[in-house]
Amino acid sequence: MLDESTVSRVEMDWSGPERLTMNMGPQHPSAHGVFRAIVTLEGETVVAVDAVIGYLHRCHEKLSETLTYAQYPSIASKTDYVAAMTSEFAYVLAAEEIGKIEVPKRAQYLRVICAELQRIASHLLWLGTWCMDMGGALGGGATIFLYCIRERELILDLFEALVGARLLYGFFQVGGTRYDIPDGWAQKCRETIDLIDSRVDEYQQMLEQNAFFLARAKGVGIVSRELAEDVGIAGPLLRGSGVNWDLRRNAPYSSYGDFDFRVPVETDGDCYARYRVRMAEFRQAIAIVRQALNKLPAGPISSRPALKSVAQIRIPKGEAYARVEGPRGEVGTYMISDGSAKPYRMKWRGASFSNLAVLPHIIPGHKVADVVAIMGSVDPVFGEVDR
Amino acid sequence: MTADETRAALASAFGVDVTSAPVMSVTVSPDRWEELGRFAKETLGCRFFSFLTAVDWKEQGLEVVAKVDNLDDNVGLLLKTRLGPGVTICSSLTPVYRGANWMERECFDMFGIRFENHPDLRRMLLDDAWEGHPLLKSYAVDTPHPPYR
Repeated sequence: MLDESTVSRVEMDWSGPERLTMNMGPQHPSAHGVFRAIVTLEGETVVAVDAVIGYLHRCHEKLSETLTYAQYPSIASKTDYVAAMTSEFAYVLAAEEIGKIEVPKRAQYLRVICAELQRIASHLLWLGTWCMDMGGALGGGATIFLYCIRERELILDLFEALVGARLLYGFFQVGGTRYDIPDGWAQKCRETIDLIDSRVDEYQQMLEQNAFFLARAKGVGIVSRELAEDVGIAGPLLRGSGVNWDLRRNAPYSSYGDFDFRVPVETDGDCYARYRVRMAEFRQAIAIVRQALNKLPAGPISSRPALKSVAQIRIPKGEAYARVEGPRGEVGTYMISDGSAKPYRMKWRGASFSNLAVLPHIIPGHKVADVVAIMGSVDPVFGEVDR
Repeated sequence: MTADETRAALASAFGVDVTSAPVMSVTVSPDRWEELGRFAKETLGCRFFSFLTAVDWKEQGLEVVAKVDNLDDNVGLLLKTRLGPGVTICSSLTPVYRGANWMERECFDMFGIRFENHPDLRRMLLDDAWEGHPLLKSYAVDTPHPPYR
């Protein structure tokens, strides 16, 4: 039923002498997906913004009610397709928590290795595309992008060797992981992260000595600590606003407590602070992967018995909220089980959804060109926003 | 405020049981929903708004669930309220948490719950002309939607 309150209230606003309402998107190169921002401008300055999302909506929450615990993890990777490992992780953790299912130590370490490699790959994609958004100021724009994609390919090669797929994995299963690392993989992984470790320095030099980059990133899109918590933004955005909060340390899951790493925090809350946090996270992710590879215990990779049917895994009645620290922040699943082979209800807390919700609060007052820089610094993935 | 202090404060202010597992959760009647949100934010220090959603318990009606966190003391809290059979009206948390704005719009979109005093309650993810609310249990997965049949 279409009624008064569901009709979009966005209209052309001709009330002011110099006011123009304009669409950015849904097909805008800086949106990294399908996102429509309806911006009201006074000259070059944005005075209001309305975000329209949902173009990629597939109703994952309804889907999860129709698929069994054995089937859904590989579908979960389609929510945040840039960090597919993280989405699968959140789903299986919730099921394991309700079912009190033990996960072998080796599987926990393999999960950590993959989640951290995924974080590096995701941040690389973010850095490349964000710098390309800011375009010509960075020496042609595509330079950093191509460098980052080159490094990301190396990680995707590792995933391909491990799982057979480059983007959407199906690596996690309730009770463990589906595959063990093949011969020689650990050595290849070490070489890759060593290489990336040295290249991150190079990017930082390229960017932080570039006056144009600093001018476009510093002091732009400031999110105060109060606003950050109130809207519920997470991950590098939250830490860029001075909140010292990382689920890997504050609520450790899957043996994160075994590893030694720092949580980078910046206090300025602007695009540059978010950039600094992510650059520091590269290093920490690399450190965690190194430690996990060195300490990788022997043993089984899954406690799940061989299945005769996909409906064989039944989780007892109960509810749980499981959350993981993804590249974009807290990815959570609030799951309710009724004792059958499928969840009764599952809520995806997509980190990008909450992160994007901060845009209408921070964009007004900025120039149109800054909208692009701010949107890129939020690092939204629209598969996760729309779910 | 530690987890134990939070539990005690909730029990004395609202006179209800606070469940501990899997996360601390508290259920209040719908008329105290906004009050609970305000208490959580201002008294308990749960300033981080994680998510808001609903659960369709079929003939028992809808339940609204929200998660808030106290990041300083690492305390998470699930807020719940049962609207009752056939009721689709709930008070809004937007005056308390700005993050509730989009979450309640999504909840309205998916469950048809009307949040009173919400400043801008329109569909979040689906098209404005969409009929029905997909996450209700009465909504079949293969419900046709014009013009796609």
